[in-house]
Parts: sequence; C-alpha cells; structure tokens
Amino acid sequence: MAASTSQRIILDARGSFCPGPLMELIRGIRQAKVGEELEVWSGDQGSKKDIPFWIQKAGHQLLGVVEEQGYARFIVKKLK
Amino acid sequence: MQDRLSLVVFSGTVDKLYPVAIMASGAVALGKDVEIFVTFYGLEAFRKGQPQKNMKMDANYPEIGPMMMKVMMAKKMPSWYDMLRQAKEMGNIKVHACATTYDLMDMKKEDLDPIVDDVIGVTEFLSRASEGGITLFL
Repeated sequence: MAASTSQRIILDARGSFCPGPLMELIRGIRQAKVGEELEVWSGDQGSKKDIPFWIQKAGHQLLGVVEEQGYARFIVKKLK
Repeated sequence: MQDRLSLVVFSGTVDKLYPVAIMASGAVALGKDVEIFVTFYGLEAFRKGQPQKNMKMDANYPEIGPMMMKVMMAKKMPSWYDMLRQAKEMGNIKVHACATTYDLMDMKKEDLDPIVDDVIGVTEFLSRASEGGITLFL
C-alpha cells in the first residue's frame, strides 16, 4: 500500500497489527533511495516503541512522530 | 555468537502458529536468521493444504479460543501463514520438517507445503540452534 507524494513515500499501514507496520516500513526503506523520506502510518500500539527502536538500530533517522486521530505518522529518512 | 532465532514448533493450533509467524517477523526485522523446526502436530500444520484450512484453536481454552478467532477474522488479521510467507520473503528464514514425524507418517516431499525447505533430523537442528541466539519451544 505505497503511494508517492511529491517528496515523501507514504506507507499506510493502518489496520495492520504488530509487527505489520514495521514490516511495511522495512520493505519501503529497502525500495527507497538513500536520502529519501518515508512516512509510515500506524494505529498499532506496538509501533510506538518498535518503529523508533528499529530506525535507530538500522541506522536511519527518525524525523518525527505526528499523532493523529487514532493513528500516528512516523517520518523517517533513509540514511544508508 | 550467531544472531539467530530457533523455534521448535510442536503445536499445530492456529493460536500457537501466530506467535511463530510474529516472532519470526520480528527476528527478520532485527536482521536475525530464523530456524523453524516443525514436528508432530506442528508438521501436520505444514502439510500441503493445511495452512489454508486449519482453524484449530487450543482445546484448553474453549471459552476464549473461538471468540478470539472471530475477533481476528472481524479485524481482518492476516493469517499466520501469510505473515510467515512475507517474513520469509524479507529475510533468512528456514523451515525444516522433522525427519522422525515425516517418516512416521510416511510423508513425501509433495505432501509438504512449499514453505518447508527441507527435512532434517534432530541432530542437525540442534547443531544449527546451538550456534547461538535464542531457542524457543512452541
């Protein structure tokens, strides 16, 4: 479920359960180019810890987490 | 030490197969190799056609099992099999059939679901598992 906006790749993983949103992000990051920004949307509670933890471990940059109604947007920059 | 998750999958009920798929996915996310050894009822769950039709839940929880199955279907949770298949596409997951159960049940390669990589004995599995990481029995 990937849609490309002008600069960011949006991965809408709402309705997906742990570790679904993280798996979507990993898949998206593999396909993205270094320097590209991605946004993964998740309503899953596990994502709040799992996604930032994975981004740090994998050596990418978490640009921000934006809380929306019933879900959060995790904004990531692919660094390598 | 090898970065590896080894799972002995003895159970063949859907409620135990979910943690197999979810932990294997998590391990792939962390860059770990995953070794899955399916034995006894676990091997039956990997018989060709079974992943698509197996709806069994642990008989010890008749008051919650069927209700949880309904909730998972209502919330459109992907099947444990699809989760495992996707994780296998993303990382290094090997599914080994237990040779003892395989021989006991007179199984042939074509009886197994294609997600199964090979048939190995307990010694080979233990030797792979003992190379390091985490080993769990389900």
